[in-house]
Amino acid sequence: MSATVASFSVEYHQFLDRDGRLIGDDIPELAKDFEKLISIYKLMVQTRTFDFKAIALQRTGKLGTYASCLGHEAAQISIGSAMREEDCFAPMYRDYGTQLYRGVTMTEILLYWGGDERGSDYSGPRHDFAWCVPIATQCLHAAGAAMVYKLRDEKRVAVTVVGDGGSSKGDVLEAINAASAYDLPLVIVIMNNQWAISVPRSKQNRAKTLAQKGLGAGLHSAQVDGNDYIASHLVMEEAIERARNGEGASVIEMITYRLTDHTTADDASRYRENAEVEEAWKSEPIARLRKYLESEGQWDDKKQSKLEKEVAEVIDVAVKEYLNTPSPGIASMFDYMYAELPHDLQAQKEFALKEAE
Amino acid sequence: MPKVAMVEALSLAMGSELRADKDMVIMGEDVGINGGVFRATSGLQEEFGDLRVIDTPLAETMICGMAVGMAAQGMRPVIEAQFMGFVYAMVDHMISHAGRMRHRTRGRLSCPMVLRMPFGGGIHAPEHHSESTEAMFAHMPGIRVVIPSSPSRAYGLLLASIRDPDPVVFLEPKRIYRWGKEEVEDDGEELPLDVCFLLRDGTDVTLVSWGAMIKETLEAADKLAEQGISAEVIDVATISPLDMDTIIESVEKTGRCVIIAEAARHCGVAAEIAANLADRGIYNLLAPVKRVTGYDTVIPLYRMEMKYLPSVERILNTVKKVFAVS
Repeated sequence: MSATVASFSVEYHQFLDRDGRLIGDDIPELAKDFEKLISIYKLMVQTRTFDFKAIALQRTGKLGTYASCLGHEAAQISIGSAMREEDCFAPMYRDYGTQLYRGVTMTEILLYWGGDERGSDYSGPRHDFAWCVPIATQCLHAAGAAMVYKLRDEKRVAVTVVGDGGSSKGDVLEAINAASAYDLPLVIVIMNNQWAISVPRSKQNRAKTLAQKGLGAGLHSAQVDGNDYIASHLVMEEAIERARNGEGASVIEMITYRLTDHTTADDASRYRENAEVEEAWKSEPIARLRKYLESEGQWDDKKQSKLEKEVAEVIDVAVKEYLNTPSPGIASMFDYMYAELPHDLQAQKEFALKEAE
Repeated sequence: MPKVAMVEALSLAMGSELRADKDMVIMGEDVGINGGVFRATSGLQEEFGDLRVIDTPLAETMICGMAVGMAAQGMRPVIEAQFMGFVYAMVDHMISHAGRMRHRTRGRLSCPMVLRMPFGGGIHAPEHHSESTEAMFAHMPGIRVVIPSSPSRAYGLLLASIRDPDPVVFLEPKRIYRWGKEEVEDDGEELPLDVCFLLRDGTDVTLVSWGAMIKETLEAADKLAEQGISAEVIDVATISPLDMDTIIESVEKTGRCVIIAEAARHCGVAAEIAANLADRGIYNLLAPVKRVTGYDTVIPLYRMEMKYLPSVERILNTVKKVFAVS
């Protein structure tokens, strides 16, 4: 005989279509909370304007290699807006939307990509993890943070982000498994932007969704249109509050699109068609939310011009602060390696300082 | 006071600190009810519960990655790799994160964790159960590497490692887990993590070693004494940071140095010690610095492993060569 012993499904969530029209019968309260949506929209515009500015700085030799977040604004900010300050964020390396929402500054982002460790000394939540370059490793750090909150019986949640490429790494599966084994307050977001540098989503594996990786360990798993802020926020909020209330961890796949190169050192025209990118622009998140707000009479060109001027000003201040930050100095190479500098490193520090004279 | 073996001293140290520090937890495969495959955590889960002594799924990367996250959020995880041959799945998190967390964040976050593991050969174990790759960890910035060689040093060094504000790789020489029992007072006293231990005073040659090879090194010193050669024996104990001052001070006195390690020779810790002697101690040397080490081969399966590991005889033959030129 044979019988079905378990069966699964993955739900996809969307409220705004790509033209900014509400779809479905259930209109969530958030869709009518215009004060909130406008503040989110403003941060999305700021995030993108900042991103363009960072690329311009790189192109003019004033910033090192930079990983753009173009196209991820709604998804990233929805993660930030669904979290509480005391929750812990373990980012990958392009999660500026989430981080700006949580209080990391634009100056800090520029410092990091400008080759200065002080960028990771966040003025935002001091317990958040720093940008994580080794792919997917941050998922286990988030699992560790969640373990601490669980052991200490604190109502805090750890949230982490990994890409569609990163989801192929063992660290993700081990974090998912740990979340299940220890029933951790953890939310793993798989930011499916369709490209892992030059490798498309279809080459990572043949599964229909990446969210279903969570099902293998019995986690709540869902897929959401990551370019729809309303849906993304609500899906994240549900996952985070489930975790906070002891109802288990989640894997959330956000469908989005990386609208530009992987980093400024990459040239995406080598491996993907322009037509695909042009099509993706039709689904991008900022125009979508703007169209919705305009259709509701909440936004217009005048407000847009004012916003663009304000955003340019704050970015200008951040860029100046970054460019005027003095060198961290030679001693800084040594001073943060250990709580107390071991004798052999003390000797190397003295040598390095003397050499520099 | 009853005498205890090293593995029991380690257990005493962990119990003592679990009692003293509510932020300390132990995590690893089989560390709970089973007490670890070598019994280093024996009885601890019974005493402290399964929220302090935590069995994990069989996933080394997970154990280490979670420990990094836990340490960064204020706990003190002491994790176990069941054997050094299985630690490689953890190395990414050690070099990419544990050793960099404080530096990367300018001290905002840190990583006070201990990664314990049995290491070394000589117990007739299967493949991957006899590794001595301590040099790999010693090469990683931001990580301390500690190796005890007696029950009392195991107790004091492990306590210090757990209390240290930075990540420590704690390598336990399993071949001498149950050798050289000593009285160990469970008094919570730690030992320093940056000095060598002088195990025996001598005037003619300095024998430098660490881990399980301390056993053969002390035996060689006994044999040399019978021949009228007075050997000073130093247990390096903390290979990172390396206390060269103690070694150089000794060589200033003896003029001769032989370094004994069971790890492969190429780019090993013995090479680092020899390079430092060439740099800072050469005018005190009466003879070339010699190394007695494992070969630059894979450590063989157990039928041949004792031919790989340095023996008392190999140490004596090398010392003989040193005296032949001076």
